[in-house]
Amino acid sequence: MRLFSRANALHLGLIALLAALFFTLPAYHTGNLARIMVLAVFAMGYNLLFGYTGLLSLGHALFFSAGMYGLGLAMHLGAATPAPAFLAGLIAALIVSGVVGFLALRTTGVAFMIVTLMFAQAGYLTILYFGSYTRGDEGFVIQQAQRSLLGIDLSDDTNRYFAALILFAAALLVTGAIVRSGFGRTLVAIRENEQRATMLGYDVQRLKLIAVVLSGVLSGASGAAYALLFGYAGATFATVQYSIFPLLWVLLGGAGTTIGPLIGAIFMFYLIDYASGLTNAYLLLVGVALVALTLFASQGIVGTIRARWIRWLP
Amino acid sequence: MDFGPHLILAILEGAVTAAVLALTAMGLSIVFGVMRVVNVAHGEFYMLGAVIAWWVATVVGAHPALGFVAALVIAPLVVGAMAAAADRLILHRIDYDPERTIVATIGLLYIIQQGTLMTFGPDARPVQPPFNSRIALPWPEWTDGAFAWAYPWGFGTTTYKLFIIAAAAAILVALWLLMTRTKAGLIMRATQQDAEMARAFGIPVTRVYALVFGLGAGLAAMGAVLIVPVQQAHYLMGGDPLLLSFIVVIIGGLGSLPGTVIAALLIGMSDGIISVFFSPTLAKIIATLAVAMVLVFRPQGLLGKRS
Repeated sequence: MRLFSRANALHLGLIALLAALFFTLPAYHTGNLARIMVLAVFAMGYNLLFGYTGLLSLGHALFFSAGMYGLGLAMHLGAATPAPAFLAGLIAALIVSGVVGFLALRTTGVAFMIVTLMFAQAGYLTILYFGSYTRGDEGFVIQQAQRSLLGIDLSDDTNRYFAALILFAAALLVTGAIVRSGFGRTLVAIRENEQRATMLGYDVQRLKLIAVVLSGVLSGASGAAYALLFGYAGATFATVQYSIFPLLWVLLGGAGTTIGPLIGAIFMFYLIDYASGLTNAYLLLVGVALVALTLFASQGIVGTIRARWIRWLP
Repeated sequence: MDFGPHLILAILEGAVTAAVLALTAMGLSIVFGVMRVVNVAHGEFYMLGAVIAWWVATVVGAHPALGFVAALVIAPLVVGAMAAAADRLILHRIDYDPERTIVATIGLLYIIQQGTLMTFGPDARPVQPPFNSRIALPWPEWTDGAFAWAYPWGFGTTTYKLFIIAAAAAILVALWLLMTRTKAGLIMRATQQDAEMARAFGIPVTRVYALVFGLGAGLAAMGAVLIVPVQQAHYLMGGDPLLLSFIVVIIGGLGSLPGTVIAALLIGMSDGIISVFFSPTLAKIIATLAVAMVLVFRPQGLLGKRS
């Protein structure tokens, strides 16, 4: 893997573009973009499992909320500072994804989808059940005074934007490196033909578990960052809807592409933002997009660009 | 009330839940059995059944019984036709690929749910039951060493709830006769066993699939029409039946019809009983985890045979 490859140039260019956008876009859009970048990390985590390994999970809200509540509860109840709380979020996501992966990977295909869905549902209900700590659907606010890292106030718009960008950049560069490493290639081999990968001597079960855990920790990092940067944790983020969203973003942007998750998240975020101004039934768009994508464009935006024009897109 | 009457009451409520659940889950099970696809939008077809029942009852006006009977006929037919159309327009085109079907039916779920929100609105709306007289139930009591029948306050049921149970049983028997005694049933079972071979023998598999998908949705709609006089029609009412139907179909063994009925009774009754005595949230947590574990360790279902 060369350091100055076209793929790296693309990723670094994208990060520079996002940094430059902060100074050119109006405040409303930079606020949105900060949110989108954090959510794109969630989508990138999902993409690692769905796009590269070929495992369709319907329970990623569980990993996202594990990170969110790992950090949120540590700060809200334990009065922890952001750095150890963020670590707590990552550890929570690591443990949850490890256990879910270990159990769910005993199944394949449709059963895997339903098992992950059921685990996520059980997780959501658990958050509601312990409502006296988590405050259930209502959620809790993380006080502004607590949200400063190394003396930097993360609730400030500029700091928040660049904190989101740093997380996004780290996730993009890490996934970019993973998917072009030998390990990443093996994941693609599993996606393309699991039996052949097994026959070639790869420990497919173990590799899939690593993929689930990596994907879960990335999703958890996104959840923890979301709670930290926007100061709120609630059970809404653990509902089925938040398991469907990353699937939608990845499908729309292009499964198995490194920049697809961001593109999909941007498009869907603004589509929903626009539609919610028109009607209260804005989730209709989610449905139409899902059906249209499965029917007509299973490769998504970046996937189609790669197939038609720019073959080298990572 | 004492424990005894409480338990009987819970069992009666559980039986009503189980009856409706059996119909809804049977729809999901037939679709999975014949077409080998999981329909995530199943709960929304249930919701549509309830909403259309409200609409029919409102339009017919007149006597509640007339509106109810009209709804019981019209709602499943309309919902079935819509499902069959969705099958031809969407599922057929993606060639019933199991994973893409799930994604597409999730999309369908949002389209139906949000479409209903736009037209029917966010309010819950009631449907009048065709008849609804209270039956107070007796309970044996010992007073002063003598045996007597007491009628504890609030201990009873309604004629309509008993009717739900009877009607669901009748529909299930009719379905069983359809599957085992008619040519249509034979064709469905042949398609279930081997779609390729069925096609080779001249069975129009595409049409069978559309009909089966419609039949599955129609069964959910029937269950909803039966329950809607007890529980109001609302655009978000499809969530719980979907989850419970999933649980039933998985516990009963994917695609096994007798297994589905037994599991529906088991889950419906225990859901009723557990929710009366324990926290419903805890009951749901245990149920969803149990289902996940069944799928992980016994994928053929508790009652299904290993293939």
